[in-house]
Amino acid sequence: MTTRFETEQKSGLLQRILTALPYVVLTISIVPIIIGFVWIIVATFSYRTQGILPINAQGKIGGLTLQNWTFLLDAKIWRVTFNSAMIALGMVVGVGFLSSLTGYALSRMNFRGRKTFLGMTLVLHAFRPELLLIAIFQVLLFIAGIPIAGKAFGFNTVGGVAIVMVSLELPLGIWLMKGFFDNISWDMERAALIDGASRFRVWWEIILPQIKPGIAALAIFNFISGWNAYLIPYTFTIGTKVSNLSVFLNQFSSDTSPMGWNQVAAVGLFQLIPILIFFIFTQEALLNIYGGGTKGGA
Amino acid sequence: MTPATLLVTVFFFVPALILFILSLTDLASSNFSEPWHFIGLLNYQRMFSDRFFPKILGNTIRYVTLTLIFFNVGLALLLALLTSYINRRAGFFFRMLWLLPRITPSVVYIVMWRRMVQQAPFGIINQFLGWFGLSQQPHLLNEHPWLFVILANGFVGASFGMLIFSSAIESIPKDLFTAAKVDGASTLQIIRDITLPMLRWPLLFVTSYQTLSLLVSFEYILLLTNGGPGLFTTEVWALTSYKRALSTYFGTNQWGYGAAWGLVLVVIAITASVIYLRVFRFDDLVQEPKIDVL
Repeated sequence: MTTRFETEQKSGLLQRILTALPYVVLTISIVPIIIGFVWIIVATFSYRTQGILPINAQGKIGGLTLQNWTFLLDAKIWRVTFNSAMIALGMVVGVGFLSSLTGYALSRMNFRGRKTFLGMTLVLHAFRPELLLIAIFQVLLFIAGIPIAGKAFGFNTVGGVAIVMVSLELPLGIWLMKGFFDNISWDMERAALIDGASRFRVWWEIILPQIKPGIAALAIFNFISGWNAYLIPYTFTIGTKVSNLSVFLNQFSSDTSPMGWNQVAAVGLFQLIPILIFFIFTQEALLNIYGGGTKGGA
Repeated sequence: MTPATLLVTVFFFVPALILFILSLTDLASSNFSEPWHFIGLLNYQRMFSDRFFPKILGNTIRYVTLTLIFFNVGLALLLALLTSYINRRAGFFFRMLWLLPRITPSVVYIVMWRRMVQQAPFGIINQFLGWFGLSQQPHLLNEHPWLFVILANGFVGASFGMLIFSSAIESIPKDLFTAAKVDGASTLQIIRDITLPMLRWPLLFVTSYQTLSLLVSFEYILLLTNGGPGLFTTEVWALTSYKRALSTYFGTNQWGYGAAWGLVLVVIAITASVIYLRVFRFDDLVQEPKIDVL
């Protein structure tokens, strides 16, 4: 009896260690990221930092300030913020609208070339946009030569960047949307069609409300990738008039010498705020979209 | 439907074609205004005889395999196993934290890493070393560029596999685990004999998908080291293609030559994706997201 009791206790202790172990490993593994965020927040509000501690002129801990935020008075920052927002909104609206229309057509209608189109978007989905930048550059130069469209969507315009990003995101959006539409029951729609509603009206009034969560998830995903975009704006724009926050920040961090780490951190945090807000309020949607959809990159 | 087709054509098919044609010309910013000269396969010849070609090839292989093994598959699997083993809400919380690097703007993310690796007293890693009484290191990025290129990429990359694996683990019928436990199997045995075999397809998928992603991705390397320090130390294939064609530091954009580098990668990518589309019946995978269960 006693022996049994002892072994049970031992296994209880072992059990507790085994239960705690995953938490310990997980916590340790995430530490670098947390430290990075802690640094950026601390640095934003201090004159200078050593490691993750704010340091004042005497070399002691302290010296907090708000002066890193003076960049907000600069008109340039609002210009690039506006551009970032435009790119992000362009992606939300552009990809959302086009892919939900196309997805609906692919899911519900039978037309010539449906199979081909599906196969095509599939191959494109695996095709990597990063490799096409050189050629897209030539396309944008060409568009810039067209009289009116060139001003809005050519090389070195916010419109151009937005339209390229929308196109590159479309195959994924179309596939996700088609999946949503496939999962909706066909009954309500048929009833409406029999009652004489047009296809477009059915799409707008009956189908879209049913896939709202899906559209919201796609919108969040697109907003984040539009807001964070660096490579495409960097490649296809020159100067702060048309560049976005990421490009501005990178310029800023390599121009200032010696590098004003704390101002850089402030601009970085400024860019992070909308993302963090999204992060806090839409976690579940984010997990789902990144788990199901496939963002490229590393 | 039509506008989508139009956009996809203009920015996918036409560019693919242009890339191919460009790779056969010597178009550069110096002879931009002239009509295109076709120079046949000269660009390819030049590429393969480049003095740094073996170095770049080696870098690419190293970057892809190391990041893949240690982070995008290895760490991802570990995280997925751990987060599904522990309490559900806690697991969810940790998965959320791991998404942070992915949604952080790449520029901000790299600024964090650059600050971490600085020399004392500014660098964060050095500060921690100091607290633990270890000797201070010089600027870590210059000392171990590869370590940090892989770390920075890996911390972003791991979350993809983690999410795929953990949703796969959750979809394994619970009966199997119960049966195994009744039979007296230990946790490690359960993982080895039940979970891992059931994860075979997700594992293959993540491996092949991420190989492709890593092969063509260069954004974080561009921001972190720009191929340096020194000559071509961390330069990978995709970055070379990009720099030759579009990096304007010296005002010489050799579009034709860069296109040749890019096209070889495109061919590799297409071949790989056709193969894995066949193997995985991609339709099922793309439909898998359970977003409508929100």
